[in-house]
Amino acid sequence: MKKWTLVPLVLFLVLSLLFYRALFRENKNDLPSALLNRPLPEFQLPAVLNPERLITAKEITGQVFLLNVWGSWCVACRVEHPYLMELADQGVTIYGVNYKDEQADARQWLKQKDDPYVLSVADVDGRLGIDLGVYGAPETFLVDQQGMIRYKHIGIVDKRVWEEDLKPRYQALQKESG
Amino acid sequence: MLQVIRYVISLLVFSLWAMAANAAAIDDYVFETPEQQSRFIRLTTELRCPQCQNQSIADSNATISEDLRREVYRLIDEGREDQDIIRFMQERYGDFVLYKPRLNAQTLLLWFGPLFLLILALGVLAVIVKRHRKTAQSSVLDTAEQDELDNILDGKQ
Repeated sequence: MKKWTLVPLVLFLVLSLLFYRALFRENKNDLPSALLNRPLPEFQLPAVLNPERLITAKEITGQVFLLNVWGSWCVACRVEHPYLMELADQGVTIYGVNYKDEQADARQWLKQKDDPYVLSVADVDGRLGIDLGVYGAPETFLVDQQGMIRYKHIGIVDKRVWEEDLKPRYQALQKESG
Repeated sequence: MLQVIRYVISLLVFSLWAMAANAAAIDDYVFETPEQQSRFIRLTTELRCPQCQNQSIADSNATISEDLRREVYRLIDEGREDQDIIRFMQERYGDFVLYKPRLNAQTLLLWFGPLFLLILALGVLAVIVKRHRKTAQSSVLDTAEQDELDNILDGKQ
């Protein structure tokens, strides 16, 4: 029995380990964003609370902010909402993409529950969502001062997600931009 | 007898209906040419639903799949090429939307890993067999020993 006959076994074990890790990793259903380090897609959409006003990507570029995809139909967004309020109170800049929502419901949500967003744009047919590679709600993007998407979190942003994933990046980007 | 036939026929009709109901989600998209329609069908079966993970956007009833089908229809209608449409989806949803992973440095192992392992295993097996033959051959008796064995077996000793 020469040593090298063990090679296939070792290879098999290495592969098994890789598969095992992939199988049991957290959030295995979250797809990595294809838009990382790419600019925010162009859009021109009405503001939810002021439909007369058309908002463009250019208009909101120039600062570090979170872009939160939400809808009044989305149960997880309801869970997330109070924490977004907390973040907004701490001075975190959050813009909203109101994704595939009835506008009356969206406005009611913002009035009843409070509004953590600088403003939300109405993406009624979900086209901006598709340009962002969104496949559900909530999803939250971190956008830098140049309007580049630098990070994406799929699912609810809570204290742990903010402290561990978003806050360090958000603050680093703010430092970068002085 | 007639009842049995009737029963069988109704069962057949029902199962055909059930199969039809089970077919992919068909939207009422109107195409200018049959060729466009077949492209639509092919593209939507080649693209994976990002939310459901194991269905094509043609099969899935998830909202996102409806929307992506609408986009595919729009892009075909605008006269875009298939490659263009695939790239459009890839730019937004990454390689995941492709049912057939592309061949690149990252997916090399995915494509050829199993084949490589198989060849390696066969190689190892061949070597082991070869060696085994050698040791097996060396244990063959020479003529004198063979005679002795024959004698023993014949009960002459």
